[in-house]
Amino acid sequence: MLHFTRLKTIAVLLTCLAGLLFAMPNFFTKESVATWPNFIPKQRLNLGLDLQGGAHLLLAMDQDEIKKDWMVNLRDSARRSLRDAKIGYSALGIQGTQLQVRLTKPEDQEAALKDLRKLIQPIGNAILGSSGNDIEVTEGSEPGTITMSLTEQGLKARVASAAASSIETVNRRINNLGTSESTVVRQGTDRILIQFPGLQDTAELKKLIGETAKLTFHEVHPSLTAEDAKLTAIPPGYKIYPGTGDEGGEYLLRETPVVPGEDLADSQPGFDSRDGQPVINFRFNQAGARKFGAFTKENVGRPFAIVLDDKVLSAPVIREPILGGSGQISGNFTVESTNRLAVQLRSGALPTKLTIVEERTVGPSLGADSISAGKTAGVIGGIAVVFLTILAYGTFGIFAVVGLFVHLMLTLAIMTVMGSTLTLPGIAGLVLGVAMAVDANVLIYERIREELRTGKPPISAIDAGFQRAFITIADSQLTTLACAMIMFWLGSGPIRGFAVTLTIGIITSIFASVTVVRLLISQWIKAQPKGRGAIKVPV
Amino acid sequence: MLMKLIPNFKGMDFFPHDLRLPFMRYKDLAIGLSVLAMVLSLGLFFAKGLNYGVDFKGGSMVELQANNGVADVAALRDKLGSLGLGGVQIQSFGGPSDVLIRIEEQPGGEVAQQAGLKKVIDAVGSGYTQRRVEVVGPAVSSELRTTGLIAVVCGILAIVAYVWFRFEWQFAVGAVVALSHDVLVVVGIFSLFQFEFDLSTVAALLTILGYSVNDTVVVSDRIRENLRKYKRMELNELLNLSINETLSRTILTGVTAIAVLISLYIFGGEVIRNFNFTMLVGVIIGTYSSIFIAAPLLGYLGVKRDWSDQAAKNAAPSKA
Repeated sequence: MLHFTRLKTIAVLLTCLAGLLFAMPNFFTKESVATWPNFIPKQRLNLGLDLQGGAHLLLAMDQDEIKKDWMVNLRDSARRSLRDAKIGYSALGIQGTQLQVRLTKPEDQEAALKDLRKLIQPIGNAILGSSGNDIEVTEGSEPGTITMSLTEQGLKARVASAAASSIETVNRRINNLGTSESTVVRQGTDRILIQFPGLQDTAELKKLIGETAKLTFHEVHPSLTAEDAKLTAIPPGYKIYPGTGDEGGEYLLRETPVVPGEDLADSQPGFDSRDGQPVINFRFNQAGARKFGAFTKENVGRPFAIVLDDKVLSAPVIREPILGGSGQISGNFTVESTNRLAVQLRSGALPTKLTIVEERTVGPSLGADSISAGKTAGVIGGIAVVFLTILAYGTFGIFAVVGLFVHLMLTLAIMTVMGSTLTLPGIAGLVLGVAMAVDANVLIYERIREELRTGKPPISAIDAGFQRAFITIADSQLTTLACAMIMFWLGSGPIRGFAVTLTIGIITSIFASVTVVRLLISQWIKAQPKGRGAIKVPV
Repeated sequence: MLMKLIPNFKGMDFFPHDLRLPFMRYKDLAIGLSVLAMVLSLGLFFAKGLNYGVDFKGGSMVELQANNGVADVAALRDKLGSLGLGGVQIQSFGGPSDVLIRIEEQPGGEVAQQAGLKKVIDAVGSGYTQRRVEVVGPAVSSELRTTGLIAVVCGILAIVAYVWFRFEWQFAVGAVVALSHDVLVVVGIFSLFQFEFDLSTVAALLTILGYSVNDTVVVSDRIRENLRKYKRMELNELLNLSINETLSRTILTGVTAIAVLISLYIFGGEVIRNFNFTMLVGVIIGTYSSIFIAAPLLGYLGVKRDWSDQAAKNAAPSKA
C-alpha cells in the first residue's frame, strides 16, 4: 500500500500541480491576472451576490391572469368563428376555465362542434411531436350547448411561453440600466429570478419591471358614455375602462383594440413642440400603421382612446387621418416617467404582471466586509489547524498540512473550472470540508499509533494504519456525501451552494488527505536510513 | 532529497491510551438525561415556539449604516414607529454605525411587503446607506419552511439508510436517535433563548447532521471491528472499549473543528455569526451524542455477534 509506481507518483504530482494552477488566479487581482501569458488559466471563481454585492429578485407570474387572458381570447375566437359560419348563439359565457356556448338552434350543434374544433391547437414542437391539445371541445350536458375547456397541458404550455417571453422582456428592460452582467432565468413553473451583480438601489429596477406596459388603441363608443352604460346595459363587445389618476373618469371602449400592443415598433421620450411637456413619441410597424390609418380615416371627428395597462391615458379626438404610422402620447408625464415608459414600451409588454415574492440585496460594502472577515477568520482558523496538527503529529503533521493545502487548492480549482459560484454558505461548506480532511488524517495517525503500540514494526504499522483507517474514512465521508446530495437536491439558493462545496470538498479530501499524504510518507520512508530498527516513526 | 530537509520530530501524544473511562456504566444516566433534554426541547418548541427570521416568517429586513458613523437608534424608532406597519424592530448590529431593522409580514400578500419596505426606506431618509435588504413574501416563506423541514428529515433518512446498508439495523437505530437528539436539542436551545431561526440555521443543522454522523460512524466502525476481534467479550464491555479506543480521535478532531469555528465566530463577520454559533453548539452536542447515545443504545438493542462471513466480504473492498 505504501509503494507507489513511478507512473502513479507522476499522476498524483500532476494532479496537485493542475490544482494549484487552476486555483491560482483566485489569489491575484483581476488586473494582474489579465497580464499573465496565455497558457496559464485565467478563469476566476464567481462570487455570489452575498459576497460581491448585488440584487436578487424572485418574481412570480400571475397564473390566474394568464388563464383569464386566454379565456377572453378564446371567447373572441369562438365568437368570430361562429359568426363566420353563420351559426346563431344565444350565450357565450366564461366559467372558470370553461367556455359555455349556447346555440340558438340545437340542430346546429354538429356544425358548430366541427367549426369550433378548428380552434384546437396541438401542443409540442416539430422535433418532439405533439403531446396533446391545448383545449377540449365537447358537447354540453343539455342539447344545443357546447363546452370548451382548457387542458392542463395547454395551460402548462401557455405558462411556459409566458415565462419565456417575460424573461426576454425583462432582459431588454433591465439592459437599459447599464451593466449587462445581470441574469434572468426561469425558476420552477411560474417564477423568474433576476440576479443583478453590483446593483444596490433596486427602486428603479422595481419600477421598470413593475408594470406590464401594454399599450393599446381603442375605439370609443360613438354615442354612449360610461355613466349611461352603467345605468342601462353595457353593449356587447364593449367594456368600461378607468382613467388615470387626476383626470379620473371612466370610458366606454370596444374591448378588442384597433391596434394591439405588439404592433408598436418604437417609442422615444420627447417634448411637446407647443407646450414643452414631456411626451412619448411612438411609431407602429407596417401592419399597425395600416390598421391605424384605416381606422383614423373612417373616424375623423370622433375620439379614440390610448390605453396603458387597462387604464385610459388620454382620449383625443381624431382631427385628420393618421397615415404615417407614428404619433405622440401626452398625459400626466414627468421626464423621468416618459424615459421609463419609453423603455418599457420599446422592450415590449409583459404577458402578465410580475409580483416580487422575494428580494435579497447586498450592498457592495457589506460584501467586501464579508470577504475580508472571511479571509481573516480563514487565516486564523488555518493557523490554529496547522498548529494543532503539527503539535499532535510532528513530522507527519507537516505532511497532513501539505495534504490540507492540496485539498483546498483542488477544491478551489474544481469550483473554478466548473464555473460554480462561491457564496457565504459555500465558505462554510469549505470549512466543513477542511474539518473532514483533518479528521481523515487524525483517523490515520491515531490508527498508526495504535498499531505501533501493539508492537508492529514501523512500516507495517504505517501500512496497516492507512488500510484500516481507510474503511472508516470512506464510511464517514460517504454518509456525509449522502447528506450533501440531499441538500443539493432539495435545497434552494444558499443550501445548494453549501452542498456543492461540501461535495467537492469530500471528494478532494479523499485524494489529498489519503493519497497525497501516503505518497509523502512513502517518500519519507525512502529517505530514512536503511537497516533494522533504524526507522523511528515521528508521529 | 527534499525529505532530508524536513526534520524528524515526534508529535505530542496527549492521551493516556490505557485510559478506560467507564462510559457504559453511566449509560442509563446519559440516556435518561438525553431523553429529558429531548422532551424539554419538544416542550419548549410547542410552548414557546421559535423566533423565526425573515426567511420563514415573511416580512422584511434592512441593514443600514449611518453615513456619519453613529446610528441613532432612538430617532429611528420614533420615525418608524409611527408608520403603522405593526411590529418594527430596530437593533444595533455589529458596530455603532450599523442597525438592523425588521418589519413583520404585512397583511395583504406579496405586494404589501414591498410597499411596507418602501415606507421604511423613505422614512429613514438619506442619512443612512442600505447595506442589505431582504424581503420574503408569504408564498416563499411558507415554501422555505417546508423545504427546510423536508431537507432535515431527508438528510436524517439518507444517513440512516446508508448506515443500515453498511452496518446492521441496530446501528441505524442508534444513528437516527442520536441525530434526532442533536437536531431537537439545538432547536430546543433556539427556542429557549429565542435566537433567530432562519435559513442559515437550517444549513447549520444539516452540517451538524454531517458532523455528528461522521462521529457516530467512526465509533460504529470500531465497534464492528472489535465485534470481529473479540468474539466472547461482553457487549457492554466491548462498546466501552470501542468508545475509549476512538476517544483520542474524537477529541482531537473535535478540538480542531471547534478551534476553526471559534475563529469563524469571532472574526467571520456579523452575517454568518448566527450560523457559526449554531455549528459550535452542534459540534459539541453531536460529539456527546455519538459517545453517549449511539453506542450505548447498541447495548440495549443487542447486536449480532457472529461477523465472520461479513468479515470475509468486507476484507476484499478494504484493499482498494
